[in-house]
Amino acid sequence: MKKILGYCDNWSAIAGGTVQFKISTYGPDRYEAALVRVICGDNEPEHGIFKEEEIDAPLNGEHAGRLQPIDAGSYGVVPQSPAIDNLTSFTIQAWIFPTTPEKGEQAIVSNWRDDLAAGFALLIDDKGALTLRLADGEGKTSSVSTGKPLAERRWYLVSGSYDAATNEIAVCQKPIVETLERLEAADNTETAGGFASAGAPLMFAAFPAVLSNGKSASAKHFNGKIDRPQLLSGAIPAGDIVAAWDFAQGIGSDKFHDTGPNQLHGNTVNLPSRGCKGHNWSGNEQNWQHAPQEYGAIHFHDDDLYDAGWETDFTYHVPKDLKSGAYAIRLRAEDDETYVTFFVRPAKGTKTAKLAFLASTVTYMAYSNYHWLFHQRFSETTETLWTTLEKADVFLQEHNELGLSTYDTHSDGSGVRFASRLRPILNMAPKTPCWSFNADTHILGWLESQGIEYDVITDEDLHDEGASLLEPYSAVLTGTHPEYYTTPMLDGLRHYINGPGRLIYMGGNGFIWRCALSDQMPGVIELRRSEDGIRYRDEEPGEYYLELTGEYGGLWRRLGMPPQSVVGVGTIACGFDSSGYYQRTEDSFSPRVDFIFDGIGKDEVIGDFGLLGDGASGSEIDATDPMMGTPVHTLIVARSEGHSANTLICPDEIGFHHAAMDGVQSPIVRADMTFFETPGGGAVFSVSSIAWAASLPHNNYDNNVSRVSGNVVQRFLEEQPFALPETTG
Amino acid sequence: MYEIDPSRTDLVDEFRSNPGGPHSPELVLVVNRLRVMPVADKHVLVCTKRGKEWVLAKIPSERGAKMELFEGQVFDDYYKGVWEVFKRRWKTVTGRDVQ
Repeated sequence: MKKILGYCDNWSAIAGGTVQFKISTYGPDRYEAALVRVICGDNEPEHGIFKEEEIDAPLNGEHAGRLQPIDAGSYGVVPQSPAIDNLTSFTIQAWIFPTTPEKGEQAIVSNWRDDLAAGFALLIDDKGALTLRLADGEGKTSSVSTGKPLAERRWYLVSGSYDAATNEIAVCQKPIVETLERLEAADNTETAGGFASAGAPLMFAAFPAVLSNGKSASAKHFNGKIDRPQLLSGAIPAGDIVAAWDFAQGIGSDKFHDTGPNQLHGNTVNLPSRGCKGHNWSGNEQNWQHAPQEYGAIHFHDDDLYDAGWETDFTYHVPKDLKSGAYAIRLRAEDDETYVTFFVRPAKGTKTAKLAFLASTVTYMAYSNYHWLFHQRFSETTETLWTTLEKADVFLQEHNELGLSTYDTHSDGSGVRFASRLRPILNMAPKTPCWSFNADTHILGWLESQGIEYDVITDEDLHDEGASLLEPYSAVLTGTHPEYYTTPMLDGLRHYINGPGRLIYMGGNGFIWRCALSDQMPGVIELRRSEDGIRYRDEEPGEYYLELTGEYGGLWRRLGMPPQSVVGVGTIACGFDSSGYYQRTEDSFSPRVDFIFDGIGKDEVIGDFGLLGDGASGSEIDATDPMMGTPVHTLIVARSEGHSANTLICPDEIGFHHAAMDGVQSPIVRADMTFFETPGGGAVFSVSSIAWAASLPHNNYDNNVSRVSGNVVQRFLEEQPFALPETTG
Repeated sequence: MYEIDPSRTDLVDEFRSNPGGPHSPELVLVVNRLRVMPVADKHVLVCTKRGKEWVLAKIPSERGAKMELFEGQVFDDYYKGVWEVFKRRWKTVTGRDVQ
């Protein structure tokens, strides 16, 4: 199947800057690289619209390939310290909340070296019970187990100790007593075979390991939470504090703190989840910032991944005169082909076109390497399809080390909160299914076909620079599905359209979820799917606050900033089997919107064709709602019809489910195409459908979806301000 | 939960003649029943050449495990592959071969 993968360090390169590419082959020792400009990535043969442009670049040509392994799974590390090295007797203690105690051996705390056969490890053994293991540095190991399996998702106080004076090792697991269950404590003591310090870093939630390329790594990861671990210099009950780690300090970073006398601070690797309820969570507070003492747990997962850490194979120095756009390195090894996508933008504060295409890179991250066809039993009935996998999906199934998307569940069943771009992402590329990035290339292909000049800028640029990124442009065009927005992104967009800016929302289900980016850990988004919304998994109650920013996560609608208040429309329904079409409304005959319908007949059906469900209104569609903030002077210029029985009202619109929630029966399942002017002379146009862009290529881009889109772009690029009408609001 | 009557060869015939739908209300129940089975060991298709070739496969029960690809079950028409998936799942759910 897949024989070559890669990623780059930066998705948004400034002309004149650099991008580093990291490549791994899976078998072949040679590969071909070529720089291409992505024009349309839809390579379905029947569509006949795939288009890329090869670009001269020093990197083009043959390269030597090799396997670059990945150290997946999260853990914590405390650097080697004399305070730990010099221990002769000790006690290690922690609160733990194991989520897969039966999965096999997994380290809770390890200070271990296999090569020296030295150190200690408190672990869950292959029977699911707590074990303390020692090694004497001369090849002999000894261990003691409680012999009693730990219950899944229950808090335990666990400890292991070694007394050099008596040469005894002991373990103890004590559950928090629940009134409805009878979880029992267990302990055991044995004679040890001796102990020698490992002289190594101390690790939480993993054993040390070595990758095939010789790099330090991790193994036998613990799934679950660890809270307040501490290390004492003697066996229970004696001993002084060596270290007492407080995981509630440093939330939002990869640092954690030791409150003990030796200040043995550490760092996390691969983004375990923080801001998590500890063993003492009372339920009186939902915000980790208000009661950090109750949020002292880190939730580790054996499939977390932040930075794959591959070495750079080549660096591309982006020429200053390279046209802004979507680009990719095309990699070919034997019979396999992979693309590593990135974007080139103009220098900060400048533009090379009047129109900007805002690439939804934060949303691309949210969907990166999605596994819902593997993880979600009801994905087929959600999407009304028979699972049809890509070669890339097969590779992802077989290579857990490539990490997950925010739509997936970890191996312990908990929801995935982080998605990183610092790893190979197999579905953010040309020649992949037309969703997210590759669906957006229908828009790029259309712009090219119409000869419309455009720059490409990205979500991460908007997050970093706010409205100043957008303000040089006469108009900004979104992708098909700009779903995930950080607070700075939404603030920047709102500021832009509150001024003279013009926004063309060329998709559906946009501006939905608040997510977070972090300067401290660039290249990753965090998401907490609080309360409700279209989602494949629930969020853990009591953990609705984002750790990267401290903000309440979830739907912007639930945060008092619904998409209707930004672009006039918000998600109303989803349906993936077939799409509808638009009919003009009375509003469409207002002189205010004559420009939109130039060349469109009074009774002309708009978009009764397309590559996504044979219609322009489909997949995920939006509608107006004055209660949610649709501006009072908004014109609904067209409304969709013809939706299927599998097009269902989205969860956030449902107070109480009922028997008429589908596109055939429901009066509210429709896409509202809208237009409104803004006080600063700007305007917003929304097509309210993901499927819209997939209708653009119909009939060689000569159709009424293309005409309406082109009419809007043309007017939005003109300097003449839009005039706000008299309103009654 | 709806249970498929394996004697309903009329529904099988309807699916075979029009695997892409739309389906009659009762065939929708059959199709949905075949779709909501657990993911583990579910028969699916893998597209090996865009728009040109699909291979029958089975999703393993463990994450990280190898996918089982049926090398002798290669289709140059998508709906021929879907028909094979239908037959395999019908057998899994009803215990009987499609007649």
